[in-house]
Amino acid sequence: MNYKYFPHTPSDLQTMFDKIGVKSLEELYAEVPDSIRFKGDYELPEAMSEIEVRRIFSTLGSRNKQLTCFAGAGVYDHYTPAVVNEIVRRSEFLTSYTPYQAEISQGTLHYIFEYQSMMTELTGMDISNASLYDGSTSTAEAVLMAVAASKKCKTVLVSSTVDPKILDVVRTYAHFQDIEIKMIDAVDGATDKADLERKIAEGGIAGVLVQQPNYYGVVEDYEGYADIAHANKALLIMNSVAADLAVLKTPGEWGADIAVGDGQSLGISMAFGGPYVGYMCCREKLIRKMPGRIVGMTCDNRGQRAFVLTLQAREQHIRRQKATSNICSNESLMALFVTVYMSLMGKQGLREAAELSYAGAHYMYDKLIGTGKFTPAYNRPFFNEFCVKYNGNTDALQERLINEGFFGGIKVADNTIMFAVTEKRTKEEIDRLVSLI
Amino acid sequence: MNNKLYGNLIFELSKEGRRGYSLPANRFGNYPVPKELQRKEEAGLPECDELTVVRHYTNHSSNNFGVNNGFYPLGSCTMKYNPAIDEEMSAMPEFSNLHPLQPHHTVAGAEDVCNLLSESLKAITGMEAFTLKPYAGAHGELTGLMIIKAYHESRGDMKRTKVIVPDSAHGTNPASAAVCGLSVVEVKSRADGTVDVDDLRSILDETVAAMMMTNPNTLGLFEKSIPEIAELVHSHGALMYYDGANLNPMLGACRPGDMGFDVMHINLHKTFATPHGGGGPGAGPVGVRKGLEQFFPTVSPYQGNFAVAMRAYAYILSLGKENIKMVGPLATLNANYIKESLKDVYELPIDGLCKHEFVFNGLKDKSTGVTTMDVAKRLLDYGYHAPTIYFPLLFHESLMIEPAENESKETMDGFIEVMRRIAEEAKTEPDTVKNAPHNTPIGRVDDVLAAKHPIVTYRQMCNNKQEQ
Amino acid sequence: MAKVIEGLYYSESHEYVRVEDGFGYIGITDYAQHALGNVVYVDMPETDDEVTAGEEFGAVESVKAASDLNSPVSGTVTEINEALEDSPEMINQDAFANWIIKVEMSDTSELDNLMDAKAYEEFCKEQE
Repeated sequence: MNYKYFPHTPSDLQTMFDKIGVKSLEELYAEVPDSIRFKGDYELPEAMSEIEVRRIFSTLGSRNKQLTCFAGAGVYDHYTPAVVNEIVRRSEFLTSYTPYQAEISQGTLHYIFEYQSMMTELTGMDISNASLYDGSTSTAEAVLMAVAASKKCKTVLVSSTVDPKILDVVRTYAHFQDIEIKMIDAVDGATDKADLERKIAEGGIAGVLVQQPNYYGVVEDYEGYADIAHANKALLIMNSVAADLAVLKTPGEWGADIAVGDGQSLGISMAFGGPYVGYMCCREKLIRKMPGRIVGMTCDNRGQRAFVLTLQAREQHIRRQKATSNICSNESLMALFVTVYMSLMGKQGLREAAELSYAGAHYMYDKLIGTGKFTPAYNRPFFNEFCVKYNGNTDALQERLINEGFFGGIKVADNTIMFAVTEKRTKEEIDRLVSLI
Repeated sequence: MNNKLYGNLIFELSKEGRRGYSLPANRFGNYPVPKELQRKEEAGLPECDELTVVRHYTNHSSNNFGVNNGFYPLGSCTMKYNPAIDEEMSAMPEFSNLHPLQPHHTVAGAEDVCNLLSESLKAITGMEAFTLKPYAGAHGELTGLMIIKAYHESRGDMKRTKVIVPDSAHGTNPASAAVCGLSVVEVKSRADGTVDVDDLRSILDETVAAMMMTNPNTLGLFEKSIPEIAELVHSHGALMYYDGANLNPMLGACRPGDMGFDVMHINLHKTFATPHGGGGPGAGPVGVRKGLEQFFPTVSPYQGNFAVAMRAYAYILSLGKENIKMVGPLATLNANYIKESLKDVYELPIDGLCKHEFVFNGLKDKSTGVTTMDVAKRLLDYGYHAPTIYFPLLFHESLMIEPAENESKETMDGFIEVMRRIAEEAKTEPDTVKNAPHNTPIGRVDDVLAAKHPIVTYRQMCNNKQEQ
Repeated sequence: MAKVIEGLYYSESHEYVRVEDGFGYIGITDYAQHALGNVVYVDMPETDDEVTAGEEFGAVESVKAASDLNSPVSGTVTEINEALEDSPEMINQDAFANWIIKVEMSDTSELDNLMDAKAYEEFCKEQE
């Protein structure tokens, strides 16, 4: 066959044909009706050597602009320790399947158990699943879960301070299940608690979805939200940036029932949008309502501690249309990624990285306000991301910054820019960016 | 391997005060996080030095089995070789450092990759447009059904609430339909394992939104009535959905677009050689017939799992048109070769040509009491991954075998020999098989204990110990 | 051979109703628990929930399977068998002694649609 991924020699082919009782590869498709048989050539280039493949990607890569990132909006340019990529690329992890055969998959099962343990520590919740696709879909799954748990109610209240990109995905899922999404107003960049109380009092609410820090970077005060939700038999769902929880009050401490979000901030490359990892944690009583895989501890027939996929009766391969979700694979390798990241950083490192990001963002905020060209967008506390109003042409400014090698924030309104700072940004970079304004 | 040390959880290796990281000093000045914003209880994360972390995970990886370790005949999963060059390309910093919200003119190369991959998938499938947003196969199914539902709604046709799914379908099919707010009607299989067209005809009416099929089906059999089925379904105003899980054997043979399908997804982690990663990340691009692209829903914020798409594109470039069309025939050849070499000792419920996979119904000799589970576990002892077991649900002892096109005759001969040896052992020393595996890091696990009292975190594990 | 008890009412989806003091005690049959294997979880409704004949009210899970529970009769749940929350394996030990829900029946004539022990025994034989 003469191609590096095909080991069949002419004599192999002949022996195999003889065993099967056919004369050609063509004959293996004898039952395919001629009318639908593909006989032409695919409209694709001819095979390329590795040298050529590298050249193509290198040309494509040169068409991207490498920028120093001061943008966030859910995706952050955090630091990745060298060890993480080295471990994640190990082919025993990379090229394995979902760990159905526990006896030869303890590596995967072990790290998923560790991942679950770490995510519950980070969020202050009881239970975690083995991961979902990303922060937006895990939030949508949480909305479905709240509706399924309530059995009777099909409306979910969502704060207007939730990331509009997450909201779009939530609305997509909700639409197809006839779930109504009602928005809670915002005041000065934060959720309007009075509006929540008004709307939840109307009844029929299965869940309340809020975000912390919210889309605009504001650290909100969610005191009393869980009580309001629970008094009305609704679940409180909180979406958070995972890395920030090393320092911030946790969804568990706020009294949330389901904590969801993206784990990208735990050192995962921005990679133009993915893969990331969606996390979902919940209270113990909701464990059987959870979508996705879960790994549990047990023992083997030799008396050793072992880990295994458990509570599978919730899942699609057993429950089919009655499953808690259609989800099949999770983002296992990305769960390994953040597990190794958290193992290295530990409780101290995660905190330190978050505090550095916080300090850098506040330094930058002061500098920007100090130019006299920016004013605060909200009078609220923020973490490592903030909105400011620019008194000039926002588009022109951002273009100028790009020409100087900076991705200078996200435009969230006509004259409002949202900047994010991580531990990777230096004082010099910030000073330079500010000097360009 | 030193099980005592390396069998631990990372939490058990933690010691207060150890550090596994280094960060720059704070040069921004004094900006402490206000106390009132802070968590009260410290996150109970481990504290380890770098070498301990490296050894811990390196040793864990040796308890895993990947395609790079050995033959992986896992039916319906298409465990093909994941080329190294694809990994190298996907990790290029020129792509991996891109923020997804950067302005278009700063990410032209990345957008090119998305467009070029979509064009390639169109050529291979005969579809007219692709969205790369879905993150996985099941996500693609859901996306596809959303498109179908939106299409019917756009015509003011609100009564189409059902999806027809063969009884042999992948579990995700009915589950995706349910998540999309559609109910499921099963269509029966005929004795030859393919869809019963008469039964289909009796089910079809104006309330059916779509028929979901994979072709070849989960028994590895080509649904040769597909032109008739498509015509029948279309004549009732419903659309045809192609579950791309079994697309691999169709490369070079038959395009879903030509079979009459309107919407489909592709598992890039199957057909296009991106790694399974122990259960993700995958990617499930969805393709549609002309006119349906206006119904693409927002199922994710950006371009899906972009780094997975990069691998798939590198794979397509490497193979080129002349090798891509060999993928299906060689996978099919391999499957038939194993089937023919084992059908005298394993029960083949439906004989005839299969495509990329086939299903045995356990051992031919049922008198030994050795089950499909036992055979699967015994294979682990011999250094093979087990086939898919107890799926499809059409048979009691399903054993579903799929060798990818990359497997050599020697690899398969080795597997065939071991499968025959196990069949022999089932007669001569059944207990060895029933108690397998023996040579693996752990033995059979107690599933019941795990499910009855779930312990899913280290904290629960510690609390549980204290209680005892 | 699975055990069948005289005097109970049986459904085709393998639930039974034991009528005592005007209440219906609903559980799964011995045949069903055999088919399911080790029960690891019983998903039960709450007290005061309404159940309807032929409709789902919960599920019984084993490790590799799950079976919906369909109510053989209509009525209001007055009690659930809380012991099953911690010890679902009691269903395997004695399916007839360990009922799942106690129901105040709204229409006792529905019992006439169910099988008696003899008919159910025949029914099970046909299933095999």
